[in-house]
Amino acid sequence: MAKQISVFLENKAGRLSSVTRVLGEAGINIRALSIADTSDFGILRIIVNDPERAYKILKQAGFTVSETEVIAVKVSDTPGGLAAVLEQMSDQNLNIEYLYAFLGTSGDDALVIFKVEDIEHARKAFTAKGIPFLEENQLYRL
Amino acid sequence: MSYWDKEKECMSRSDLEKLQLRRLKETVFRLYAFVPAYQQKMDEVGIKPDDIRTLDDLKKLPFTTKSDLRDNYPFGLFALPMSEVVRVHSSSGTTGKPTVVGYSKKDIDTWSELMARALTSAGASRLSVIQNSYGYGLFTGGLGVHYGAEKLGASVIPTSGGNTKRQIMLMQDFGTTVLTCTPSYALLMYEVMQEMGVLPSDLKLEAGIFGAEPWSENMRREIENKLEINAFDIYGLSEIIGPGVAIECNCKKGLHIAEDHFIAEIIDPDTGEVLPEGAFGELVITTITKEALPIIRYRTRDLTTLNKNLCDCGRTHVRMEKVLGRSDDMVIIRGVNVFPSMVEHVLLNIPGVEPYYLLVVDRKGNLDQLEVQVEVSESLFSDEIRKLEELGAAITKELESALGVSVKVRLVEPKSIERSEGKAKRVIDRRNI
Repeated sequence: MAKQISVFLENKAGRLSSVTRVLGEAGINIRALSIADTSDFGILRIIVNDPERAYKILKQAGFTVSETEVIAVKVSDTPGGLAAVLEQMSDQNLNIEYLYAFLGTSGDDALVIFKVEDIEHARKAFTAKGIPFLEENQLYRL
Repeated sequence: MSYWDKEKECMSRSDLEKLQLRRLKETVFRLYAFVPAYQQKMDEVGIKPDDIRTLDDLKKLPFTTKSDLRDNYPFGLFALPMSEVVRVHSSSGTTGKPTVVGYSKKDIDTWSELMARALTSAGASRLSVIQNSYGYGLFTGGLGVHYGAEKLGASVIPTSGGNTKRQIMLMQDFGTTVLTCTPSYALLMYEVMQEMGVLPSDLKLEAGIFGAEPWSENMRREIENKLEINAFDIYGLSEIIGPGVAIECNCKKGLHIAEDHFIAEIIDPDTGEVLPEGAFGELVITTITKEALPIIRYRTRDLTTLNKNLCDCGRTHVRMEKVLGRSDDMVIIRGVNVFPSMVEHVLLNIPGVEPYYLLVVDRKGNLDQLEVQVEVSESLFSDEIRKLEELGAAITKELESALGVSVKVRLVEPKSIERSEGKAKRVIDRRNI
């Protein structure tokens, strides 16, 4: 389980760079990111080493920010690794809202960030099926 | 209920109308005698001052418009020599030559009386500390309110507009009880208060008297809830005298027009025909006590209705409905009239929507496009694209059903819409027509 920071961005030149500059100047490291966009606006989703401080700093800088619970799953870094996890999730009726890959790795595994409809259900299912995922403190320390 | 001048504010309608007729006759005589432009206009329609025998005869007189003021720039419509004129105000003239207005000593006294009346109607008294954040200078807002507040005997803090942090500091330190400014500036003050960590309960503010731009009932609710004050609408225009032409009383069911100084009519803006009481149309005002610049049948471009029924406050003066919009602010989108205040009213009915918005009008091919920009506040924001798109679609649907024209809603970042320390800019028209 992990806290993801989401930021509302207008589709305008320089908006992404100003978010990253604010975080950089505060010494906050981005560990994973994805951008969802429409023609008018986008949502930047990031995993950082200190989500609480990142939230505060972005808010102070005038951005619209929210915190979302996501889950960081270890996926074998081999062909078919992600497919195996997704099949298991599908079997368990776990609805995925979105997912994106982590920038680094955890040993031999790749890390994938999942936003699911029901995070408690996901947690139980992953534990039951032996799919490894990272706890919050493990993730931020990577 | 307190009044500034109960005898005048509550005089019987029959006495009021006698007074109006006497003053109207005097005004027409003076204009015909001293202002060649008026004499010429009256001669053109074959009307002599003697033809004005009843109040109903007013409709025989020609209208005065903003372009009459411009055509006689700067002092051509003044009915007194400049030696008798003690003050001049002027519009900014962004759309051409400015319109210039002048005041005699007595005009300034009249104006101060009207503003003292207005402030009293909104609950102010000599015990009030009035922070006047209307701009001081050529604009009539600042000095108009200032003189009225001094006449009332209140303590006036003449902050003018701008330097919002200092405004809030003074508001806190001086114990301001009444704020006077544009409604959009009041909201900006609230935002800056939040940034400074100042709560409404840290202030002694009780009432706000807001004007100089149209604002909706939902905007009133928003300001009253946020600043925890009683918000009153004030109406005026420099061509007539400035702020204080009309003011809400505690009943907030329309603004009382000071009828011992002005005569109000409602006309059909297209035909110029006078409409019966209660009809919606353009407000036309005649001044009947002004000396330096008397104005006959001024077309205000403001759309409203009039109501002569006795108000619960006891005042007999006619009430005009809160102005929906000045026809200058109206945008015509594919033949449909749209006022920014209508958009505001719809937006503020949607929970979580902040009172900052901008209409951008453009023409693609031969088709007008209306884009409404809405700021995404924290309470509206969702991490999911789908939910934000649903929000956009819901706002679009509400706007389209209220305005009767198709709208594109653009969600923008908080505070990206320009904040105003005076009159807010609500429309950008990019059509080159």
